[in-house]
Amino acid sequence: MTKIFKLENLDCANCAAKMERGIKAIDGVNNCTVSFMTQKMMLDADDNRFAQILELAKKAIAKVDPDCKIK
Amino acid sequence: MTRKQKKTLYRILISASLFIAGFVLIKVFALSLLPGILVMLPAYLLIGYDVLIKAAGGIGRGQVFDENFLMSIASIGAFAVGEAPEGVAVMLFYQVGELFQSIAVGKSRNSISALLDIMPESANLLKDGEIREVSPEEVQIGDIVLVRPGEKIPLDGKIVEGFSSLDTAALTGESVPRDVKEGDTVYSSSVNLQGVLKIRCTKPFTESTAAKIMELVENSEMHKAKTEKFITRFSKYYTPSVVLSALLLAVIPPLFLGIGSFAVWSSWIHTALVFLIVSCPCALVISVPMAFFGGIGGASRHGILIKGANHLEMLSRVDTVVFDKTGTLTEGSFKVKEVYSQGISKEELLYLAAAAEQYSNHPIALSLKEANQRPLVPDMIDHAEEIAGGGIKAKLKGKTILLGNAKLLAENGISIKISEKAEGTCIHAAYDQTYLGYILITDTPKKDSAKTIKTLSAKGIRTVLLTGDRKETAKVLSDHLGISEMHAELLPQDKVSHFESIQKNTKGAVAFVGDGINDAPVLARADVGIAMGAIGSDAAIEAADIVLMDDNPSAIVKAIAISRKTMQIVRQNVILALGVKAAIMLLDLAVAASLLTVPGMAMTWIAVFGDVGVAVIAILNSLGAMRL
Repeated sequence: MTKIFKLENLDCANCAAKMERGIKAIDGVNNCTVSFMTQKMMLDADDNRFAQILELAKKAIAKVDPDCKIK
Repeated sequence: MTRKQKKTLYRILISASLFIAGFVLIKVFALSLLPGILVMLPAYLLIGYDVLIKAAGGIGRGQVFDENFLMSIASIGAFAVGEAPEGVAVMLFYQVGELFQSIAVGKSRNSISALLDIMPESANLLKDGEIREVSPEEVQIGDIVLVRPGEKIPLDGKIVEGFSSLDTAALTGESVPRDVKEGDTVYSSSVNLQGVLKIRCTKPFTESTAAKIMELVENSEMHKAKTEKFITRFSKYYTPSVVLSALLLAVIPPLFLGIGSFAVWSSWIHTALVFLIVSCPCALVISVPMAFFGGIGGASRHGILIKGANHLEMLSRVDTVVFDKTGTLTEGSFKVKEVYSQGISKEELLYLAAAAEQYSNHPIALSLKEANQRPLVPDMIDHAEEIAGGGIKAKLKGKTILLGNAKLLAENGISIKISEKAEGTCIHAAYDQTYLGYILITDTPKKDSAKTIKTLSAKGIRTVLLTGDRKETAKVLSDHLGISEMHAELLPQDKVSHFESIQKNTKGAVAFVGDGINDAPVLARADVGIAMGAIGSDAAIEAADIVLMDDNPSAIVKAIAISRKTMQIVRQNVILALGVKAAIMLLDLAVAASLLTVPGMAMTWIAVFGDVGVAVIAILNSLGAMRL
């Protein structure tokens, strides 16, 4: 399943790249892109574990920038 | 400016005043190290507190190489080597730069969003004789909406009452208004120019054209280009290696040059600080997606929807464009090209043919009726009969009209004159067993086809025609348009294999242009699949990488030009960002080795410029991609 999320307070381009790298490393994530320009995240992950993976992705984002939240 | 930006601006102004005051105090009273730090501290904390807090938080989360950390170390380092004013300056410049960067990003984001702002905001729902203004999401399929002149059509639908002309520029890039009348299908976000229209909605808002396009372009950033992936990977190694070099620079030379001398340590740590500032990767990381975003936004203004930065990048490398014929380079509708008559005038022959086809809606019949100049009288024909694979047989004034191919006339014992020119379809006619001549019908090339092929060739791009049509027809068209290579009489599966062999024998990328209906397999196989005239066709939008909303082939030239210009801007940005950083590091080393002298804090100024200044320039440069 692929879903697109809006991100709030994504302030730097390099942070976006780091978040992307962090989320891609999560088990069960097939693909992920974080766009600084459009302030969006595309997450493609296993259907039956999606909610759980999304929580991990939130943690990965907070690790780079605690101010940045998924809307 | 946003509130956050304003707050930063005030902080910069106050901190700068405190900085100047402190600087004057140090100079006037010739303050020593510790009092010097004390007078600088208020300015430093005011401008740098958030960076310091974030840096501390970052270390706590194991994120050491972010810019907050680097700037904190650089400024604290400056304090440590007795250059308190420089420490403040680092933070101050950094915040000024960040502010500029944030304003520039915001500006370009807004201007691109403005380009894309095709979403209708409201709909006038007509229910029980009353008009209610509602949001377009509330409108259901089958509901009737009223669109007044100057308003956007809110949802896709069919006109049930009224006629007007529509400005579809936001969707197709086509500036000539389109005339519409009752029964016509219209698309959301077209602007109604004249009359009042009543429209029965056929699609919910989220599936209407405007919403589809917005979604497509907004999400195009999610398909990253190779260049962008490369740059983010590069920056992953770049920052740690520059930080490591900074560390080595701070420690190794003093060990050899004067382990006990504060001046030597101070000088080399100072050199290392510049490296730390330059190690920030943001300018680099932002410069690439920014340019792609600009290019994609700019293209959408011309009715060219690019589904991802990766496709834009690939398009710039295209050196062969393969075209489908019908509906792509030609109108896909038939037109009378030539009339040969014997015994009667050409006009009379066309009139007879149109009369015989009076009740037929076949494309050929339509073309005959269109070419006929004289008014047709209803019911002048009795007993018209279609003959499958042959043509039509009708009675006029008690005598038989035969209209069709050579086979039909031969079967009825009429000898025909065979046309030497084999382009197009030949319709023979006979009346009362007498041969009257033939009408040649062809599918005409689009107005822009020849110019498109010519422009592509001039750019050194090879053009190829793939078609299921007869060789003769295809040859005439490709000669007429100046297409370099042609493969005809292909079954759908042959198209794929032919396309693959073209791909194999081509160095660059190969694009395929089709209407997206019958050629989905080839579209999918192509390096860049381009669907044309896709407005209202979900299948085409689905199958292609690049969607041309209008059915004008010259948009391909525009798309390629935009892609090449965008890649040029990408390269400029990368070279600028890397070049400036490298130059600053060299300059810094030259100063350290006493080959050069720069006054006071100049090196810090330059280093901060190397990070945020370059980012701002790259952003402004990227806006150029949008204006194509």
